[in-house]
Amino acid sequence: MQLELSNIAVGFGQSLVIDDLTLALEPGEIGCLLGASGCGKTTALRAIAGFEPLARGQIVVGDRQLSRRGWTLPPQERRVGMVFQDYALFPHLSAAENIAFGLRGLGAARRRHRVAEMLDLVGLDTLAHHYPHQLSGGQQQRVAVARALAPDPALLLMDEPFSNLDVELRERLSLEVRDILKAAGTTALIVTHDQHEAFALADRVGLMHSGRIEQWDSPYNLYHRPVSRRVARFIGQGVLLPGVVQDNHHIRITLGCLPPVSPLPVGTRVDVLLRPDDIVHDDGSPLKAAVRAKTFRGASILYTLELPCGARLLALVPSHHNHAIGEAIGIHLEAKHVIAFPSDS
Amino acid sequence: MTQAETLPIAAPREARPLWPRLAIGALAALVLLPLGVIFASFTDPQGAVWAHFGEFVLPRLLLNTLWLLLGVGLGTALLGVSLAWLTAACEFPGRRWLTWGLLLPLAVPGYVLGFVMIGLLDFTGPLQTTLRDLFGTAPEIPIRSRGGVIAVMALTLYPYVYLVARNAFQTQGRRALEAAQTLGFSRARGFFRVALPMARPWIAGGLALVLMETLADFGTVAVFNYDTFTTAIYRAWFGMFNLSAASQLASLLVVLVFSALALEQRSRRGQRFTPGGRADQGERIALGPVARWLATLWCGLVFAVAVAVPLAQLLAWAWQSRGDLDIRYLGFLHHSLILAGSGAVGVVMLGLLLAYSLRARPGRLASIAGRFSTLGYALPGTVLAVGFYLPMSAIDNGWIALGSRLGQTWEPLLGGTLVAMLLAYGVRFLAVGFHPIEAALHRVTTSMDEAARNLGSSGRDLLTRVHLPLLRGGIATAAVLVFVDIMKEMPITLMTRPFGWDTLAVRIFEMTSEGEWQRAALPAITLVVAGLIPVLLFMRGGEMERRDAA
Repeated sequence: MQLELSNIAVGFGQSLVIDDLTLALEPGEIGCLLGASGCGKTTALRAIAGFEPLARGQIVVGDRQLSRRGWTLPPQERRVGMVFQDYALFPHLSAAENIAFGLRGLGAARRRHRVAEMLDLVGLDTLAHHYPHQLSGGQQQRVAVARALAPDPALLLMDEPFSNLDVELRERLSLEVRDILKAAGTTALIVTHDQHEAFALADRVGLMHSGRIEQWDSPYNLYHRPVSRRVARFIGQGVLLPGVVQDNHHIRITLGCLPPVSPLPVGTRVDVLLRPDDIVHDDGSPLKAAVRAKTFRGASILYTLELPCGARLLALVPSHHNHAIGEAIGIHLEAKHVIAFPSDS
Repeated sequence: MTQAETLPIAAPREARPLWPRLAIGALAALVLLPLGVIFASFTDPQGAVWAHFGEFVLPRLLLNTLWLLLGVGLGTALLGVSLAWLTAACEFPGRRWLTWGLLLPLAVPGYVLGFVMIGLLDFTGPLQTTLRDLFGTAPEIPIRSRGGVIAVMALTLYPYVYLVARNAFQTQGRRALEAAQTLGFSRARGFFRVALPMARPWIAGGLALVLMETLADFGTVAVFNYDTFTTAIYRAWFGMFNLSAASQLASLLVVLVFSALALEQRSRRGQRFTPGGRADQGERIALGPVARWLATLWCGLVFAVAVAVPLAQLLAWAWQSRGDLDIRYLGFLHHSLILAGSGAVGVVMLGLLLAYSLRARPGRLASIAGRFSTLGYALPGTVLAVGFYLPMSAIDNGWIALGSRLGQTWEPLLGGTLVAMLLAYGVRFLAVGFHPIEAALHRVTTSMDEAARNLGSSGRDLLTRVHLPLLRGGIATAAVLVFVDIMKEMPITLMTRPFGWDTLAVRIFEMTSEGEWQRAALPAITLVVAGLIPVLLFMRGGEMERRDAA
């Protein structure tokens, strides 16, 4: 493991910002902490960087213990790089000088070499002597990444790296940053509130809520196998429909019968997660639902449908199936794996 | 790597430091000390003296002060607003040049313009002499009068209003003025109905500064023998050796100053910018063929009277008395430079201390205390001189008395009044030095600190590689501004300087007290030249701002 947080807690007494957080990253893996603002994800990052002391637990990077209760290795001795939300470039230094800032121990020649290497990695060779205010937002960000990577840190942290950029740039840069990190073989932990960004960047994503990680998993599993209602609601779109576990362990819902899930006692009332892509438009289906709202998305249309019993569903339908609001359309269920949460949980 | 190797000597978790609170508290106490001292003087009522003051002196002082405030306020408002509007919104020959030229009075101390005007217009002055030579008679110009002081002070202080009003006219109200035109207002009516009301909070702020300067002024009124609180404090001090009367007068003056300060603080609340396009790019009002030359004439006249003519007269006098450029003059210059230099260094250190304290411990209480500790700019030099002299001399006297009781002859512990003088400078000019430093420190964000630590740089290394390069400009600006302000400062230096420490300003005071205008010219020119430095710095800063915005 390159990064291991074991049951860490940050904060004082009753007001813990982070409580019992555990996660691990393999060397070269990119992890992502995802969550709404105030969930403690930035605090977790700052604890790893050494700016916040631990109230419990320990942080290990590589095979060095960096923090534990009552003891924190100072940030400047941790070899943990960080890219700040506002980049925090030094305005009086050029791009190259910013990148060289953390390379004090090296000789002049090796330092120059390393800076050139980093500029090359982030594709800014031609802008080496520009000052931060002469660079665009995306360029500044790449300088910040290069500066953090230059001393060859054991771990790179990034705090909301794309929040200062406009939407179009974000998507492009998140892929670019992933390529840069993979090319450098860096283990990285990134904090974001944007799930698309998390999915695009990370090998593992942790959904955080009030100081804890709800689920630490691959993006695929986070979407398709959420372990809790909270994860199901936060990630992607979908609805929870009530159902009952039958004696053959199938689940009966209004739309029909679903394949069995993990053994639940017969008769348990459950809520079943249905994603928009689990509902397929089928004119021949006897099951009808009325269109209540629609959002045109170019290639597809996202319909909000209402079943006769009053339950609502979301369905993602190819764009040429254009139906008016109020119209009843045929649908059928095509759920490969069923996610069900007991109703009282 | 084993666990044991990675665990260095236990580094305790950074505790919330106490020093910022102590520092801010100490600086605030430094402002409170002189105020406490002068107000405490009422516990020692000098019945007879105070009755004399109340009956004969006080009414005259109050009346003189009120006239001065009224006249200088009106004069600076009229000059400042009219010049600001003409240079900000209109086009006329020489506008570009006059826009900057009209700032130059900032470099001319009021007492310099004062003695030049008296020397120039007095019965024996060159103007009247020439007129008498030509026509046999000349009208008497009552320059040594209430009107004379008011005119001179308005001519030296109007830039405070000019600057802020110009800024307001330029940055806001442009769109609003255009809107007014589409609603059928002429440009002229639009000025009175839209532009002027919108700029009012700024103008009020500038006027409040003018009033504070007027109340604090000692040099100008002394030249004119016009009695105000500051000159009365000085005379109670040196003429009557009555320290408690001086303190009591000082405390009354402080009450007046705080009223002006309240006005200034109130005006800030109304200062909200509405983005309204930039006047530089916008079209200026094209004045008519006569009006444009009238505009040039008006601006040129103010420039001539406030800057050009007095400078020419000073040069002429300096040439006549060039024999004064001797070892004594170098002595005055030397003293001025040393005092201004050590004062600037001291104030910059205090400014750094305050800025870093506020940064280390931000919060509501700290920011209130911080603002309080920069309040000294509002306190007149005479007040600070009295307020610091009394406690310092009490300590010195106690020290000497202790020495003689022990059969020793001890030198004064605080070097006579030197400490009092430096403390008074510190309080008076802390705001001047603090603001550029604070602005520069503001550029060093906490995330920059963290980024540097993240990259292995901390402590001294962090200070020299990140903070110092970013603060250098702010520190230099602060040092220059304070340096020049102390060179021009008169009352504190005059009242608390150690024996024999005559500076250029003191020399001017002494020469003008004896009516020897020519012999005051050389030190005056030196001060004006020094005063030009911050004005030029300011202009360059303004230009840079414009370049950044472009």
